[in-house]
Amino acid sequence: MGAPPQETVLPRVGTAPSRLPRWLAAVIWFARKKPLGTAGAVIVVLMAAGAIFADILAPYEPLATDYAHMLRPPSAAHWLGTDTFGRDILSRIIYGSRTALLVGFGASILGATIGAAIGVASAYFGGRVDLIVQRLIDIVMSFPIIVLALAVVAILGSGIVNLTLAIAIPFMPRIARVVRSSALAIRETPYIDAARAMGFGHGRIIFRHMLPNVVAPFLIMITAFVGQAILLEASLSFLGLGVVEPTPAWGLMLRGAAVEFAERAPWMAIFPGLAISAAVFGFNLFGDSLRDALDPKLRTG
Amino acid sequence: MTMKRFPPRGRPLALMSAGMIVLACMIIPAAMAAEQPKAGGTLTFAVAAEPASYDLHRETSFASIHPVAPHYSLLVKFDQWKYPEIEGDVAESWNISKDGLTYTFKIRKGIKFHDGSVLTAKDVKATYDKIIFPPKEVVSAREASYEMVKSVEAPDDQTLVFRLKWAAASLLANLASPWNPIYKADILAKDPHWYEKNIMGTGPFTFVEHVKGSHWVGKKNKDYFMKGRPYLDGFQAIFIRDTSARVATIRGGRALIEFRGFSPAARDDLVRALGPKIKVQESPWLCVLTVAVNTQKKPFDDARVRRALSLAVDRWGGSQHLSQISIVKSVGGVMRPGYEAYAATEAEIVKLPGFGKDIEASRKEARGLLKEAGYPQGFGFTFKNRDVKEPYEIVGVWMIDQWRQIGLTANHVVQETAAFTKDLRDGNYETGMDFACDFMDEPDLQLFKYVSSSKNPSNYSKYENPKLDELYEKQSRTRDAKARRALVREFEKIVLNEAFTVPTLWWHKINPHWAKVRGWNALPSHYLNQDLADVWLAE
Repeated sequence: MGAPPQETVLPRVGTAPSRLPRWLAAVIWFARKKPLGTAGAVIVVLMAAGAIFADILAPYEPLATDYAHMLRPPSAAHWLGTDTFGRDILSRIIYGSRTALLVGFGASILGATIGAAIGVASAYFGGRVDLIVQRLIDIVMSFPIIVLALAVVAILGSGIVNLTLAIAIPFMPRIARVVRSSALAIRETPYIDAARAMGFGHGRIIFRHMLPNVVAPFLIMITAFVGQAILLEASLSFLGLGVVEPTPAWGLMLRGAAVEFAERAPWMAIFPGLAISAAVFGFNLFGDSLRDALDPKLRTG
Repeated sequence: MTMKRFPPRGRPLALMSAGMIVLACMIIPAAMAAEQPKAGGTLTFAVAAEPASYDLHRETSFASIHPVAPHYSLLVKFDQWKYPEIEGDVAESWNISKDGLTYTFKIRKGIKFHDGSVLTAKDVKATYDKIIFPPKEVVSAREASYEMVKSVEAPDDQTLVFRLKWAAASLLANLASPWNPIYKADILAKDPHWYEKNIMGTGPFTFVEHVKGSHWVGKKNKDYFMKGRPYLDGFQAIFIRDTSARVATIRGGRALIEFRGFSPAARDDLVRALGPKIKVQESPWLCVLTVAVNTQKKPFDDARVRRALSLAVDRWGGSQHLSQISIVKSVGGVMRPGYEAYAATEAEIVKLPGFGKDIEASRKEARGLLKEAGYPQGFGFTFKNRDVKEPYEIVGVWMIDQWRQIGLTANHVVQETAAFTKDLRDGNYETGMDFACDFMDEPDLQLFKYVSSSKNPSNYSKYENPKLDELYEKQSRTRDAKARRALVREFEKIVLNEAFTVPTLWWHKINPHWAKVRGWNALPSHYLNQDLADVWLAE
């Protein structure tokens, strides 16, 4: 016999007397009920702060080479050591968070937006359109994400824009599938029938009446995919298909010299590796907790 | 950036050390040559890529020459212990007429192809006819190097004559090219493409098999014309693309040597892992990384801007530091530094733009030139590069940082080799990392890179300069070494001032191999000395 279900009810801001702003109350509730998710959120916030304030936080220029200090171990001058060009690894990790977040959020938002539009349209039109779209999605989803991203980047070439596109494309069908299932229920609601009866066009019904109602799964999918996108960016950069030197990027920092000098200068691989792990861990924890908090089916009460 | 210098009291010691190294360099090859070779055993070596075809007359990659060369002989070849001296291979002796227009070679008697047929001067003539005057549908990669040859004649079975249009200083060295294996006349007459997929030579090893994606095997030629050679029973080339896998193959003893060379880190790993079982041969390398600047794209049509790009680069500092992590090392102009006959001495090269030792003064001059050209704040441009880490990406990152220091922002665009080469050829670039690798030190070869684009399509800068072309022709026809050297210096000065293609750093060859591999001397080119006739195994 399991323990009795715990009551996890969102704070009823407005019905109970409270001096806290609504958003702050929600944050406090989230922190209390989802400690792991909060830890994830802290990592995400730290990473975002690093990306935004990199110019202030980074002790050195990320591209500045210093041949007098090549392959130096962690020290007071270089907390995480230096690489083969004498570049400060801490500074490159801080600036690297920009690349990670840019590609991570860029690919997730792009993939989720286009995927959601496809999913809603597929559910709305139904019939043959839905059948064809879903079979196409089946085909695309039959390829592992990394293989599809590799193929896309091989066709488009390397660079941040192409990399973002290459990661966004495999995300689209996955988001389309999830959003479609929510949209199928919305399609049957009376207000959609009413909109049809009033003679609204398909575009207006899809974008003004259906899409806003699938925002919850949309947001959950975005958070879930950011971690994956960061990992993919790192993987593709590691394989030489992502961003290129001298751009500071975590996957790129693991490539080449870090492998060659793994025994002599292990810090070159350890710290970027830790940064990738922490970022993915943070986004996954936060995403999972956010899903639990926003999905009414997972709430008890 | 400052150069590391010996403290004054350390100088005598440093000089002594340098002297001992020089002495060792002179003695060790001689001692190795003097060792009593042992017969037997199979040499396994790693190759980073597979041959595109077996016909060396058309190929340009080490991937072809390393497995294919042991099956063939040349007319003459470079003496591996006395480079750049030339010795006979199928030629027993030769004679050059006083006017330098006739070269007569005596061909050794009794040389047999692997099918048992006898090699005569007619085979050598057919070979050189294919190289110099190829039929329309046949590709000859180095046809242009023999422009001076009027005809090749074989008046009898043992005599071969080259008649020239003009006396050329480089012909004999060009005839020692490792890319010119002697083919069989009868086969060429039937099908000039036969050698692209088949092997039939007179070299020290006969062909056994090539399993694509895996290996290549050769067996001792018992009828080889040099008595007592080869020492080995056979050889096996293993094709391994990944560098770390190749290093691991050497470390594990599955391959004993890799002829192209490894990075300093790989060398250190092998030395650490294998200790005295490994020997490291290092040599200056006849390859240079250059930056090609598209002179048809603004602002690179302005020589001041191009010169500023070159002036920003701290070559001496880069040499000291990059040589610890990469295969680049020497600072030099258009000829390989250290090649006494024609390369600029250090005193000569430091006077040329971008090669001075005071980098701050050079960069100040560069900023001044940019200001004069209308770019006081610098500007941004794209810098295309190959997706090959060693040494392209490493030097690329370094160059970008050098340019950053005079206010120039280079966007590094890394491309797959085929796409990169196409963009350079098509002029679809602003600046790009280019390279030049040759098989021997010879002004005709090294200077050709810089002659006008209309005469040499591999000068990707789209630069035209009749004066340079004239100097090239003139030095090529000058047989007096001193006069020729002066012309080369004049040529170099124009190249480095115009800066349409500028040398960055010259490569440095590092060949760690199992100590039991003897009889192979690392030369400045990874194309040379690959017939393996003298190689033997000590254990």
